[in-house]
Amino acid sequence: MSKMHIRTTINGDQVDFLGSPQQSLLDALRDEVGKLGTKEGCGTGDCGACSVIVDGRLVCSCLMLAAEAEGAEITTIEGIAEGDGLHPIQEKFLEHAALQCGVCTPGFIVATKALLDRNPDPDERTIRYWLAGNLCRCTGYDKIVRAVQDAAQELAHEA
Amino acid sequence: MGEFAYVAPRSVADAVGVLQDHANNGRRAQVLAGGTDLLVQLRGLDKAPRTIVDVKKIEETNRLDIGGDEIYIGAAIPSAILNENEELKSLLPGLIESADLIGSTQIQGRASLGGNLCNSSPAADTIPAMIADRGICVIAGSGGEREVPVEDFCTGVGTNVMTGDEFLLGLKFPRPPANTGDAYLRFIPRTEMDIAVAGAGVSVTLDGSGTCTAARVGIGAVAPTPLLVADAAAALVGTTVDDEALAAAGAACSAAASPITDKRGTVEYRRKVVAVLCRRAGAIARDRALAA
Amino acid sequence: MAEAVDYRYVGTSPVRPDGVDKVTGRAQFGADQNLPNMLHGSVLRSPHAHARIKSVDVSKALAMDGVHAAVSGADFPSVQSGEVGGEGGGDVADIAKNVMARDKALYHGHAVAAVAATSVEIAERALDAIEVEYEPLPPVLDVVEAMAPDATLLDDNCFTKNLPEKPDKPSNIASVMVLARGDLDAGFEQADVVVEGEYRIPMAHQGYIEPHACTATVNEEGKATVWCCTQGHFEFRAMTSKILNWKIGDLKFIASEIGGGFGGKTVVYLEPVAVLLSKHAGRPVKMVMSREEVFRATGPTSGSVCRVKIGAQNDGKITAAKAWLAYEAGAFAGAPVMPGAMSIFAPYEIENFLVEGHDVLVNKPKVAAYRAPGAPQAMHAFEVALDDIARQIGMDPLDLRMVNAADEGTQAPYGPKFPAIGFKACIEAAKKHPNYTKPVPEGAGRGVAAGFWFNIGMQSSAEVRINEDGTVIVMEGNPDIGGSRASMGLMAAETLGVPYEQVKTYIGDTESTGFCNVTGGSRTTFATGLAVVQACEDIIAQCKSRAAATWGMDDDQVEWQDGQAVPAPGVNADVSPLSLADIAASAPKTGGPILGRASLNAQGAGASFSVNFGDLKVDPETGAVEVLSFTGIQDAGKAIHPAFVEGQMQGGAAQGLGWALNEEYIYDADGVMENAGFLDYRVPVASDLPMIDTQIVEVPNPSHPYGVRGVGETPIVAPLAVASNAVRDATGVRINDLPLSPPRILAALSND
Repeated sequence: MSKMHIRTTINGDQVDFLGSPQQSLLDALRDEVGKLGTKEGCGTGDCGACSVIVDGRLVCSCLMLAAEAEGAEITTIEGIAEGDGLHPIQEKFLEHAALQCGVCTPGFIVATKALLDRNPDPDERTIRYWLAGNLCRCTGYDKIVRAVQDAAQELAHEA
Repeated sequence: MGEFAYVAPRSVADAVGVLQDHANNGRRAQVLAGGTDLLVQLRGLDKAPRTIVDVKKIEETNRLDIGGDEIYIGAAIPSAILNENEELKSLLPGLIESADLIGSTQIQGRASLGGNLCNSSPAADTIPAMIADRGICVIAGSGGEREVPVEDFCTGVGTNVMTGDEFLLGLKFPRPPANTGDAYLRFIPRTEMDIAVAGAGVSVTLDGSGTCTAARVGIGAVAPTPLLVADAAAALVGTTVDDEALAAAGAACSAAASPITDKRGTVEYRRKVVAVLCRRAGAIARDRALAA
Repeated sequence: MAEAVDYRYVGTSPVRPDGVDKVTGRAQFGADQNLPNMLHGSVLRSPHAHARIKSVDVSKALAMDGVHAAVSGADFPSVQSGEVGGEGGGDVADIAKNVMARDKALYHGHAVAAVAATSVEIAERALDAIEVEYEPLPPVLDVVEAMAPDATLLDDNCFTKNLPEKPDKPSNIASVMVLARGDLDAGFEQADVVVEGEYRIPMAHQGYIEPHACTATVNEEGKATVWCCTQGHFEFRAMTSKILNWKIGDLKFIASEIGGGFGGKTVVYLEPVAVLLSKHAGRPVKMVMSREEVFRATGPTSGSVCRVKIGAQNDGKITAAKAWLAYEAGAFAGAPVMPGAMSIFAPYEIENFLVEGHDVLVNKPKVAAYRAPGAPQAMHAFEVALDDIARQIGMDPLDLRMVNAADEGTQAPYGPKFPAIGFKACIEAAKKHPNYTKPVPEGAGRGVAAGFWFNIGMQSSAEVRINEDGTVIVMEGNPDIGGSRASMGLMAAETLGVPYEQVKTYIGDTESTGFCNVTGGSRTTFATGLAVVQACEDIIAQCKSRAAATWGMDDDQVEWQDGQAVPAPGVNADVSPLSLADIAASAPKTGGPILGRASLNAQGAGASFSVNFGDLKVDPETGAVEVLSFTGIQDAGKAIHPAFVEGQMQGGAAQGLGWALNEEYIYDADGVMENAGFLDYRVPVASDLPMIDTQIVEVPNPSHPYGVRGVGETPIVAPLAVASNAVRDATGVRINDLPLSPPRILAALSND
């Protein structure tokens, strides 16, 4: 099966890879690029574990072809931390015990980053609806929502 | 047979050319917009090779024009972009709400009106809203462009009027006249992420005294295709869209519905709830018209 | 209640040691293990819910380019019957046939063959080339119909166990069990009110976000290494050993991080297949399930029919209780009906009771453990009937429960007398809780229910090593599914008297640490925690001994205080205390490296009780239910890491509410699950739930040095009945069955 050359920018680095025409961006990130922090929970866009930011938009990487990412700027969980420290969102997820098993966590953190980039002061309802596409089966969402609220405050304080 | 291939034509002519070439040679082509349905299908049982024709790189599928008489929405514009357009939201709030209901934030970043329409699911959220708003499909093909009212677009579950060499460029809506309001409501078991069990879109235009002079009602997930319910609209015209008129419109929706029982709802449930949704959406549309 | 003890580290909620890896995407989960030269394995699954397998021919698949191995049931040895594993293990002969069907396919999705190929795509195409000849049989899908004498049989050799006499005819009822005490008829005669009902709940899935995944590699010496997501790699090793008839010593299992399990990852599905494929191919083989496969072929928990009859006096005293339980086992025996029967009356002191349980085969996936296995179904029925009793006698539902509440010294329905337990304390806390004393919001209803789980002990091992600088390594063998590394670190820090930050906890593989039973049964913080504490006590004894030698004293002249060796009171010596770091630094001169260890079979897990209540609003026109508030109150014994205990309570509440409101396995007439995906198997999303309020009650477990009781399972039990009772309160209509889906509610309201 012939492969396509795809050129992207991932977490600020130019990344070229070969992908097959029907390959999802998720499979390309995991299998061709080695970004294993992006998880597959369903493959059908129903769980959000594979969330990444493409050209400023939050998407499920399982619902996008790798070929569609030609020329795109992609942020994955590996690109969230700043320098040698964690991003405040990551800090707050840890402080609030907002993860139990942790497999949904990369998707939640990427989705939260996309939210707070757009809306620095979301209310609880906004947070819950924004994150409705990210399933967590462990926490009941309570501590996740609190972590997001606290991260928003922290970022506002930093700004 | 052949292999999987991906192409992203830059012009309408190129896209039509690719589709026509495939149609003429008995090869399979599948049009890709946001991909939120198509990629799920690619994981399904039908893994047969095909050419995926990505129409997102074409200017006409991405154009958004809000004109004095007409609004044009490119078929591939993601819902999130529509939802961020305040002018569009104020003109057609019901339509934009319906687009905003498709899936999660992540889905919103990709899914489009055009994709939702062309997937032609009976439960598509935007189709009843587009029907209510008098949407017209702009279709490109080897014979040039043609226009089809949204209510005539779907022909069955997952099927529509387009031929193999055609694809959807965009949707046109008449700019709503003064004192017009629209609304779309659907019912799902959870608050997000589900497919509609029933849906209803309503548009009403009122005169200075608050009497309804024109109305349209579209319903979804209660028949093999989304439906325009003329009887429901007729129940509203000439009234102040009061509770009695709304109840009559709801009853007309129940009567027009021919639902099935499946994993998402029963026949009885869908019939009842589509009436409730029509009533509630009608009241919102009326209040919007009064405020407009 | 025991006096509160002040601890320095226990009872705090620091950041978990594996936290940074889990928020940066660095943590390796089941599907993240790749090896050079690796193949991809895929499983062919039965398209029939019930069929005889007449033949399987993999030769055409094996002949395809890129296909390196193909196996079917014939490639697996036949396996002797026998128990294996901890919670949810079951009979290994059944697990073997579940892993790969032999003569019969017993559910839609049952594994029939598997291949390993150079890519997933080739593997999937190869599956299409496998030729299987089936003789379809009628599927048995309803648990009550399955029990009928003339029902189609899943297994001609299944004779109901535990009957007074061995039956002469086979049956789909794999076993029955009875618990009884007192005089039931006399009890009902004393009753002023009697409530009776039948309650049905369909199968539900654990719904962990990470699909099952493993990577296996077999070397030229026939030694296998397997990476997988599991709740217990030692038990996965044991099961794989028996299923393949390999020596335990030839199998090394490495637990990856685990993306949720809730009991569903206590049993093997892929691992023996991957080992066999790797053995045949001579290359590593990775297998990852799709979400659809997870739904069709793993988990779920039993669908159930429970019939309950309760008699009570007007003062609330329960005089008699009777229950009849039928649980779907799925394709092989092993429904959790025994724990269901043991738990149904457990929160209450009841003199006269009878419960009969039935473990019933149906053509659905073999059930696996799911958080408090068996208790939610049975206790839903009882707690709903109890709610009706409260209504009939006009009593507050908490008061009714208090009148009957089990306490220290109560003989549990399943035998032993309870030691100190916290059920009454939970009821008292609920009664005073601001969420309970406030009025029910307009249009909503309030539901109350109790929860219970036994918790288990079982085997654990731990090692504690002291580095040269006095920092501490804790090594144990329970996959960390919700923050247990932090809890182990806290207990080690507390016991040794060193800061939490000086302790790191690791989960060893099957060859680098001692045996531990599964992370399940809410046992890890209790039992493995006990092993960690004992291993730290071993360290302390050694440190005291080394300090004594340094100071020229006897061992008993040294004490351990605040992380230091000091002379015992009354011992006159002019010496400076020796810290763990001091002793570690001088270890080469005092006997070499410091290593503590403990292994045990923990007893006295300590039951955990809960009281939950919630306010739910019902849209009378659509049947939609909104959860306005939910409060969980539970006895944790002692919360080692309170934030993680709250997290267990909140997560259990969310799962219980999902089960109550929307989650269910939906089957068509052919036995095909119609909703095998997260789109239509509707687990709660963030916008479905409010904040979930928690209150931790602490009645210490006398069998643990810090008073720990397991907390993980109890939280899922009560929410089912809370939802039913709240919907009853809101609508005036009692709906016995779950889920309380909008169509079901609307239909019930319309019939009223």
